[in-house]
Amino acid sequence: MKAQDDATLISARGLVKKYGDFVAVDHIDFEVAAGQAFGFLGPNGAGKSSTMRMIGCVSPPSGGTLRILGLDPVRDGPRIRAQLGVVPQQDTLDLELTVRENLIVYGRYFGLPRSVLRSRADELLDFVQLADRANDKVEPLSGGMKRRLTIARALINEPRLLLLDEPTTGLDPQARHVVWDRLFRLKQQGVTLVLTTHYMDEAEQLCDELVVMDKGRIIARGSPWQLIERYSTRDVVELRFPLGENESVAPRIDGLAERIDVLPDRLLVYTHDGDACLAAVHARGLTPVASLVRRSTLEDVFLRLTGRSLID
Amino acid sequence: MAATRAASGGFSASRMWRCYRYWVTGYRRTWRGSVVSTAVNPVLYLAAMGVGLGSLIRAAPGSAELSYLQFIAPGLVAATAMQVAAIEATYPVLASVKWIRTYHAMLATPLSVADVFVGHLLWVLTRVAMSAAFYLAAVAAFGGIRSVFAVAAVPISLLVGAAFAAPIAAFAVVQEHDNGFSALQRFVIVPMFLFSGTFFAVSQLPSWIRPLAYLTPLWHGVALTRDATTGILEDGGWPMVVVHLSFLIGCAAVGSVVAARNFRHRLVE
Repeated sequence: MKAQDDATLISARGLVKKYGDFVAVDHIDFEVAAGQAFGFLGPNGAGKSSTMRMIGCVSPPSGGTLRILGLDPVRDGPRIRAQLGVVPQQDTLDLELTVRENLIVYGRYFGLPRSVLRSRADELLDFVQLADRANDKVEPLSGGMKRRLTIARALINEPRLLLLDEPTTGLDPQARHVVWDRLFRLKQQGVTLVLTTHYMDEAEQLCDELVVMDKGRIIARGSPWQLIERYSTRDVVELRFPLGENESVAPRIDGLAERIDVLPDRLLVYTHDGDACLAAVHARGLTPVASLVRRSTLEDVFLRLTGRSLID
Repeated sequence: MAATRAASGGFSASRMWRCYRYWVTGYRRTWRGSVVSTAVNPVLYLAAMGVGLGSLIRAAPGSAELSYLQFIAPGLVAATAMQVAAIEATYPVLASVKWIRTYHAMLATPLSVADVFVGHLLWVLTRVAMSAAFYLAAVAAFGGIRSVFAVAAVPISLLVGAAFAAPIAAFAVVQEHDNGFSALQRFVIVPMFLFSGTFFAVSQLPSWIRPLAYLTPLWHGVALTRDATTGILEDGGWPMVVVHLSFLIGCAAVGSVVAARNFRHRLVE
């Protein structure tokens, strides 16, 4: 195998995953550099988790090439997995064992000696703020605690690459922020993060680079900031008019903005200067019931790219 | 599929051992619950069937020199091997796929599908051996053993355990819920328990149904175990012993091949 650039941990070319006739991942290309936090964004069924499973070497690609840490996941699965940390979408903790035993048992799968595991387990439990629950069973822990334990477990082999499949789905806001804070620290320590999410704020907070997936394809890529610049405007003005009037007002603010989205309850006006735009709306004699000037977020990008219709 | 096979990561004895150790660790937490069934059940069965029922039965059918307890004891040992295998290769397997997802946790580490399957099968056989050894000790205490060859009943039980555990694990790993397991008990395990020469010789059955009994792995296991604990080779002698061994090894081998394939399809897709 040819020597690979040390800085590239994952590279995919024309990567395909099929389940029977269904194409879950449809010829995607991407590269993840060392030290990066790389995100896969997309609605349910976009192919994010299938891609993660291929990177995790538990699902062989149906086509294209995939190299992880310079190795072939089909031939070198165990060698690659020895250097990965995996935080799966669904918890796989052992509910019968204690918090600490979960770390040690899992570390044993990597063939690490117990003496090493004992000290690492204590460090990691400190890191995820579970040291006081070390000897409790896992069963009664809250969802946020289980997630943190899963993250600690994924770090037991000091992985070069940490894979997180929807790491904060189902957590309450406090628990999410604690998880983000820990992931941000890992990133600062130089751990490469690859995550999937459908939370835009999560992607904005954590990712240096992301790809937006829809129906198995990558439809946009870049840093959060680049994506906003490319697919949205700096500001968004949200205007609410009395019910039923939104539609009729829209043509009257035409020309004041780059783009206008008419939603049932409000208008979203995309512009580079929100305050000036709002002033211009008022100058045209329009008086919305409520108005808000805000910065564009990835959510605006995401909804523009993947549409507003509900995907089930 | 070739890609699936290659991606399954081969087999390594040292990695398999790590998987086995997981089951040992888990058992250390829950062994108290299984002690009752492992140690008390043999005493209850031997007392009720062997001593109680046996006092009503003058001569065991087939061989006049055996007491009824001596006749059924090897049957009970072999049937226990089957039952332990049938429990340990069903619920824990499906739990590791769907409920606790232990297999998925293992497969995120260097362990391969083959490591995971063989490690778990080895653990199931450990439980079988433990139960068989307990049972044999109880049989000895009740005076049910007539030969030193009885020690061979433990390895024979292991073979019976493998003949059941491997195909049952193949079935369990592809289930979506546990309904199939009660059907397995009702339509496979219990009928075998009753009609495979455990409590009475198969020769007592109507002749048209006998071939069905000969096709059950348990009948072969019971016959072998009875040879060992009584020290008397049945009709057919050593060639028949070879037939029994071959049948059980065949079940274990075919079951293992199918199970390995099913594990791969279920876990690496």
